[in-house]
Amino acid sequence: MIPAPFDYKRASSAAEAIALVGEYGEDAKFLAGGHSLLPLMKLRLAQPAVLVDIARITDLSYIRDAGDHIAIGALTRHMDVEKSPIVLQHVPLLANAASHVGDPQVRHRGTIGGSIAHADSASDLPATTLALGATYVVQGPNGVREIPANEFYVGFLESALAPDEMLTEIRVPKMNGATWGFQKFNRRAQDWAIVGVAAWKRGNESGVALVNMGSVPVLASSVSQAIASGASIAEAAELAASEAEPQSDLNASAEYRVHLAKVLVRRALESTNA
Amino acid sequence: MGGSILGNRVLRKEDPKFLTTGGKYVDDLLDEPLLQNAAHVTYARSSVAHGRILSIDTSDAASMPGIIAVFTGADLGLEPKPSAFNPMATRTLLAMDKVRYVGEPLAIIVSETREQGEDASEAIIVDYDILESLIDVEQAMASTTLIYDACGSNVVFDTTALGVPENTGDNYFAGCEVVVKGRYINQRVAPCPLEVRGAAAAWGPDGRLTQWLSTQHAQGAPEPIAAANGVDVAQVHVKTPDVGGGFGAKIGTYPEDLLLGVVAKRVGRPVRWRETRSESMVGLGHGRAQLQYITIGGSRDGKVTHYQLHAFQDSGAWVDMGTILAPFMTRPMSSGVYAILNIECRTTSVVTNTTPTVAYRGAGRPEATAAIERAMDMFAAEIGKDAAEVRRLNLIPKFMEPHTTAIGGTYDVGNYEESLNRALEASDYAGWRKKQAERRANNASKQLGIGVSVYVEITGGVGTGESAKVEVIEDGSARIYTGTSPHGQGHDTSWSMLASEQTGIPMDKIELIWGDTDLVPVGTGTMGSRSLQQGGNAVYSVAGTLAEKAKSVAARLLEANEADIVLDKDKGIFHVAGTPAVSKTWADLAIAEKATGGLVHSDVIGVAGPTFPFGAHVGIVEVDIETGKVTHIAHYACDDAGTVLNPMLLEGQIHGGVAQGAAQALLEEVRYDDDGNPITSNLADYAFISAAEMPSVTVIHMETPTPNNLIGAKGIGESGTIGSTPALQSAVIDAVSHLGVRHIDMPTTAERVWSAIQQAC
Ligand SMILES: Cc1cc2nc3c(=O)[nH]c(=O)nc-3n(C[C@H](O)[C@H](O)[C@H](O)COP(=O)(O)OP(=O)(O)OC[C@H]3O[C@@H](n4cnc5c(N)ncnc54)[C@H](O)[C@@H]3O)c2cc1C
Repeated sequence: MIPAPFDYKRASSAAEAIALVGEYGEDAKFLAGGHSLLPLMKLRLAQPAVLVDIARITDLSYIRDAGDHIAIGALTRHMDVEKSPIVLQHVPLLANAASHVGDPQVRHRGTIGGSIAHADSASDLPATTLALGATYVVQGPNGVREIPANEFYVGFLESALAPDEMLTEIRVPKMNGATWGFQKFNRRAQDWAIVGVAAWKRGNESGVALVNMGSVPVLASSVSQAIASGASIAEAAELAASEAEPQSDLNASAEYRVHLAKVLVRRALESTNA
Repeated sequence: MGGSILGNRVLRKEDPKFLTTGGKYVDDLLDEPLLQNAAHVTYARSSVAHGRILSIDTSDAASMPGIIAVFTGADLGLEPKPSAFNPMATRTLLAMDKVRYVGEPLAIIVSETREQGEDASEAIIVDYDILESLIDVEQAMASTTLIYDACGSNVVFDTTALGVPENTGDNYFAGCEVVVKGRYINQRVAPCPLEVRGAAAAWGPDGRLTQWLSTQHAQGAPEPIAAANGVDVAQVHVKTPDVGGGFGAKIGTYPEDLLLGVVAKRVGRPVRWRETRSESMVGLGHGRAQLQYITIGGSRDGKVTHYQLHAFQDSGAWVDMGTILAPFMTRPMSSGVYAILNIECRTTSVVTNTTPTVAYRGAGRPEATAAIERAMDMFAAEIGKDAAEVRRLNLIPKFMEPHTTAIGGTYDVGNYEESLNRALEASDYAGWRKKQAERRANNASKQLGIGVSVYVEITGGVGTGESAKVEVIEDGSARIYTGTSPHGQGHDTSWSMLASEQTGIPMDKIELIWGDTDLVPVGTGTMGSRSLQQGGNAVYSVAGTLAEKAKSVAARLLEANEADIVLDKDKGIFHVAGTPAVSKTWADLAIAEKATGGLVHSDVIGVAGPTFPFGAHVGIVEVDIETGKVTHIAHYACDDAGTVLNPMLLEGQIHGGVAQGAAQALLEEVRYDDDGNPITSNLADYAFISAAEMPSVTVIHMETPTPNNLIGAKGIGESGTIGSTPALQSAVIDAVSHLGVRHIDMPTTAERVWSAIQQAC
């Protein structure tokens, strides 16, 4: 419950942060809201030698209407995403997912960038942005590149980010009137999802992604394909776990997770939220 | 004004401090003179559940920055000491030959800062010869691996050793029309007080040891502390700062507490220790952990005539308090509120490689209640009758003289049917049943479940009375010294109400002193819902006697006859009846008595015996049939705690009790993997209940005073926990009973409910 010793540096710009992390190499870590990193450090599961605090880079905390998509700065807090009129109007699924993250304290500290960069399959926003077909903008020592969400998550807590690359912006396509549902199944109000589903549907077009159904957030492509080829929601939902390799753990067996995924995908797609 | 303050919703005196500057807990004693320059203590703990210790290498740790000293049991020359409950089981305060659970302390690090101590604890290298880990009582009984070799068995206590015959088996039920059997798990839970364990120790210039302790019973601590430190008990002074909850787990002292003085002496500095939450989850004692085999028999018309219980108590890795709860708390209460003519109850306590179990809110009575209530439900289901009506048929009729059950429990007063009636009426039981029928008819995806429990428990079973001292000082204010030990209950408010009632001194001029063994040497502490009925009762009695004493002083000062003196409680003055113009205040009397020892009275006031609060709970849940998810949507609690002193404090105890009881029924369970590694050792993994999981609780009033003390009070601290758990477990099962489900073990997690439905379909 007490972290191992570490050094602390505060960066005031993305460039400075990237340079600092470059300087200290593999042992350095960005610190955003700290709500994923610090618990791991307290349990000594993570022992970075240097923390580069990026939480005060205020020019990376923004939400903008960028025409066909919404641009969100990586350091935007969950609470700002949840309450943003722009997000509520154009990507209500994301605002709703953000409102289900942890408890109010967590939502005031945690950032969307930290959540995505941490690449935890149990987190709500990686799967939600995956379902929405988001693109992540990352900046490194050699410049900026864009990574589509469906290429970003490569393994358990592992992403396509290089250690000295920083996630700076999340671009989320507008939902343009799609119906949507976010289903989070947990034990207690503030808990992580045992299984979660983010889904939207417009005619026979849809996007469905699963929370905590394996080592990475899962895009349930089979469900979307079935809907595209005319299957009913109930029929399509039966395919919910086709791409998933769920684990058994303290909270649920793999078998039960598969069952939950099917029920929750159906409920999310049947939802009439618009 | 006029009229009594007793029975009123008096606001808590404690709250302004707690809500503004906050409490002052052990870890906050920064300006304490004796603790200046205190070093920090960290315990290195076993990372394996069961193993022989081959070696402990502390050399790396000892050379790390800020490390003052590192000690193993061998370094301190610790000797094995027997358990109070089974002398064949012995252990040293730090594991030396063997470790028996993950988290058992095995070395002490003394450091300048806490952080340095934690770093060094990672550098202690222990070599183990791993033994089979025994996580479950049946596994432990079947295994040839022994946790305490000298015990010759992993069974460390059995009622047969007390001369109670073994249960007779199925023959017992030969004459019964209906017989139902069950195997229930009353799972292991963690008490989780908000304040974890902590203590500090300092040797004073006078050679005495002062120990600050987060405890429920300061007066119980000097003896074990003195023994561990090899000094006379008079050399030990225990002080209790504010305590942030205990729930029974802070009644006794732990090895981590007892060794602080020893270490302080070795390093020549005061020391302080506070565990982390992760440590607390494995180091603070656990509760419940009982496996129950029941058989219930009776006639088809609903009359229960026979009941047999064999409870297997998981003691954990030490023969601690948990061991004896089954024989001495569960067994005598096994008949519950029912007039069952034939009862057998055997209990068997078994050691396992898990955290030792201790008394946890209810301590043996929730287990007894859960068993008989579950059995009643099963019996009702078997004969196809309403579970509330089957209960009614079997209740012990109202009694106002002591009643003894077939198992030998003697209850003070009881009116169980009335509590059931009130709970059914206030909850609109019939209305909920109608709604349930509609949802069933519509095949709704969310079904309603209704659970009823009727219970009786034993409170004030610990102690036969309590000490109290009341003194009035020269400014007219009063000090109460009590042997109880508040840690959230509101004794400052309650004891002030009682003393104010007797003396007319306003509550805000009354100060409560407790938990300091120099100032209050005699006390039994706060546990087993005893405080008001014994400690409050003593304050009431002693303050009353002091008021009488004061009248004689007033008579002297007023040059009147003592019999003519009246105490005007509205004004807090004494005068001769009929002439209020000439009066003496409490301050006048205190000044007059100063030279002759002060205006003070002190005594230990006994009670006639323990009391038996009872009541009925109705819990309502909604169950999502597709996922198994349970939502607790309404709760009705009728808890009869005798005469109510302060309804607001009573409701607080019920609300908290229902929350903890609901947590056991629906959410919480301490779990281990097959190797004995705890897998619920933080509050993310352990499903500690939060307000968001609670409905608002409807508290139903009922007061049947006990004759066993002056104020008619019974305990309320644990009732909410005892009544709510079975009601909620029953509600969950009831919600899916139409699908063929008869039983689901606690906690009734979504997956368990879903699996039960799958198996029944
Ligand atoms: C009690 C509790 C409950 C929670 N419940 C939930 C929940 O229900 N659902 C949920 O989704 N989340 C939950 N969280 C996690 C929370 O959402 C975190 O805020 C989030 O996962 C991480 O964001 P952060 O800003 O705190 O990141 P940090 O903890 O600061 O960082 C996380 C990781 O990402 C890296 N990182 C951070 N920002 C960047 C960046 N811009 N570029 C590159 N790397 C970066 C860090 O180096 C680190 O490795 C919970 C957390 C807590 C403490």
